[in-house]
Amino acid sequence: MGDPLGAEATHVLAAGMGGVRTAGDLVLRMQLAHKMRIDEAKAAVAEKLNVSLSDLTDVVVMSEVREDLGIGLCHVEPSAQENNGMEAKFRISQKLGITINSVERFKERAGLK
Amino acid sequence: MTEENKIFTRLGDGSGIWMTPEEILADIEAGVADAVDRGKIEPLTEEEKQKIYDIVTMPGKIVGVEPGREVVMSNDSGAYKINVKSGIPMSVDTEVLVYERVLGCDSVDVGNTDYNYKTAKGVAKREASKLKNALNISMMPLFYGAMPNLGFYTQPDGPVENWAVLLPDGKIKEAMAAQEEAVHHAVRDMVYVAEQMYDVGADGFQLDTSGAAGDADFLAALQACEEITAKFPGMGVEIGMAGEFVLGMHGRLKYKDVRLAGLYPHKQVKLAEQAGASIFGAVVNTNCNKSFPWNIARVCTFLKACSEVAEIPVHANVGMGVNGIPMCEILPSDVVSKADKAIVEICRLDGL
Repeated sequence: MGDPLGAEATHVLAAGMGGVRTAGDLVLRMQLAHKMRIDEAKAAVAEKLNVSLSDLTDVVVMSEVREDLGIGLCHVEPSAQENNGMEAKFRISQKLGITINSVERFKERAGLK
Repeated sequence: MTEENKIFTRLGDGSGIWMTPEEILADIEAGVADAVDRGKIEPLTEEEKQKIYDIVTMPGKIVGVEPGREVVMSNDSGAYKINVKSGIPMSVDTEVLVYERVLGCDSVDVGNTDYNYKTAKGVAKREASKLKNALNISMMPLFYGAMPNLGFYTQPDGPVENWAVLLPDGKIKEAMAAQEEAVHHAVRDMVYVAEQMYDVGADGFQLDTSGAAGDADFLAALQACEEITAKFPGMGVEIGMAGEFVLGMHGRLKYKDVRLAGLYPHKQVKLAEQAGASIFGAVVNTNCNKSFPWNIARVCTFLKACSEVAEIPVHANVGMGVNGIPMCEILPSDVVSKADKAIVEICRLDGL
């Protein structure tokens, strides 16, 4: 445990990739799906997104990449084009070439498969 | 450097102390030596020990890893730090979004505030519903998390005799049998809960604080992991440990012909791999009476050995009271950030 600022916020600022601010969520998905260690997982995501390794943790580059690909952002101007939540995960699944359990379950429930 | 040319750091309980460079160097040496002695592992190199000294004495309120060395973060807090622990009223799915879009986390686990699988089993479908709502509106991977917590299976609340009562009475065989029976109950509950979470789309399943009740507790986590990964492909399992050392409350339990009692992280991770885990959550205890330099040197020695042999991602548990983090609820970011930097850069870990 530990308080959210002393733990999560500090860990993210000191050593974290930054989740959906960059590509941290995508790298963790590769670890879960393929048991990849960190360097391999980062390289795989960089290749899929066609960005450099240094781009992966650059919030400015990655916010543009994520917006272009429709794979979700942490902070957006609300609009009809905003693409977050489940719809973003559909695209993440396609872009990374991995099966996302919640996406598959959503398709089943929605009668899409 | 002030206070008569001493350097500010902290004890394992979080309280501030001032140390001379010589005292810091001596504590780093002692911390490494303690890990080598207990774990029968290689010491850190002179260069790595110097790096720890540099990090411990680094000026600044917080420090950070070198660009490009960032890692990902999993979690074992149940997504109730804000709505329960901080007392800010919000639903679990909203808390998940705060972790995702405010805190910049790479994942979080949804869990019951009574964070164990025996309790979660009774409300598993309702727990799954919370997770389902969160999965529909978030993007990052979401786990369901709880502890195996074998002690909860003992009488008077649980079905088996209490081995902590039997052992002092000299009833060794009875105590061993009770633990073996508790393993079956715990595995059944964990697999049942996993099925409910898999059915709503969980990305991962967190077996947190495994081994808290000793070797039988760790065995339950390993057996559950094996069954869950076989039955529910596509939902990765993280086995997070309770401590650096598996206590031999039973003493004779084995998994894949390896005796569990007495295993340190570099051997625990190999069993987690065989059980099918996607991520191993390594733990080294924080000693409250020792300095941060002593603790983090010891932590890095253990975690480096673990990382070197691991074939799956290793996430260091950097919560309160483990892996160099002080044993206090409100965490001081100075040593927390220094612990992160040392662990990531020296041990080459894959996540926190």
